[in-house]
Amino acid sequence: MGNGTELGRVRGLGSAKEGTHHWWSQRLTAAANLFLMVWFFIAIARLPAYDYETVRAWLSSPWAAIPMLLLIASVFYHFRLGLQVLIEDYVHGAARVMWLLALNFFSVGSAAIAIFAILRVAFTVTGVPHG
Amino acid sequence: MASPSRTPTARARPLSPHLSVWKPGPAMIVSILHRITGDGMATVGTVVLVWWLAAISGGPASYAPFHYVFMALWGGAIGYLFGIGLTLSFFQHLATGIRHFFLDVGANYDLKGNRAGSIATMVFSVVATAAFWAYLTMVK
Repeated sequence: MGNGTELGRVRGLGSAKEGTHHWWSQRLTAAANLFLMVWFFIAIARLPAYDYETVRAWLSSPWAAIPMLLLIASVFYHFRLGLQVLIEDYVHGAARVMWLLALNFFSVGSAAIAIFAILRVAFTVTGVPHG
Repeated sequence: MASPSRTPTARARPLSPHLSVWKPGPAMIVSILHRITGDGMATVGTVVLVWWLAAISGGPASYAPFHYVFMALWGGAIGYLFGIGLTLSFFQHLATGIRHFFLDVGANYDLKGNRAGSIATMVFSVVATAAFWAYLTMVK
């Protein structure tokens, strides 16, 4: 087995033309998740109660809404990469394509719902009539 | 050069060793746990988190079913089940993720250190989960 062409070795992208992109993105988001998820667990633990008024008041603050948006971006990208590996390991043939498509619909769709929900809470002034 | 043993009809090629040929050990267990907890949070955790956020943004009427299912029904049993399960998954995945950062830079591959590190991730996840829920249920 050869080592490919010299140009190919310089590019370092390998036979899948991806290089270390998937691996590196997973590590990068893992490091971000470490901070964001620890913040999230502390924030959840510090909430005085979990009724509607309390959690809404918490999420409407920029100090919660902004880290939550970053958390959705980083965590959802991270889990999309992780579930991709799961599918690639256990699903073979044409079904794999279907599952990977479903994965993209699930991760992008759920992220869209989450981001919309956070922004709606953050940008809605309570006490003032709105649509 | 196609020799008979290389044709597609030849005997099955040896596969890479898989779970069944290894004696289970801490490193193997935490590797499997990392995948189970990660993919568990990615599916179950995502549904719970997105439902929670959507329920908050939808107003009191849409938050009510979420609150009922996780915090009122059967004394909040479903909330405890999913909450403790996801907390344990998070701390385990966090600890094994940090373990992977060490392995990524080529550290801690010696047998004793690797074994101790693997066991430490499980001890950490159980202790951290117990501490987190003790705080939620008793201190507050």
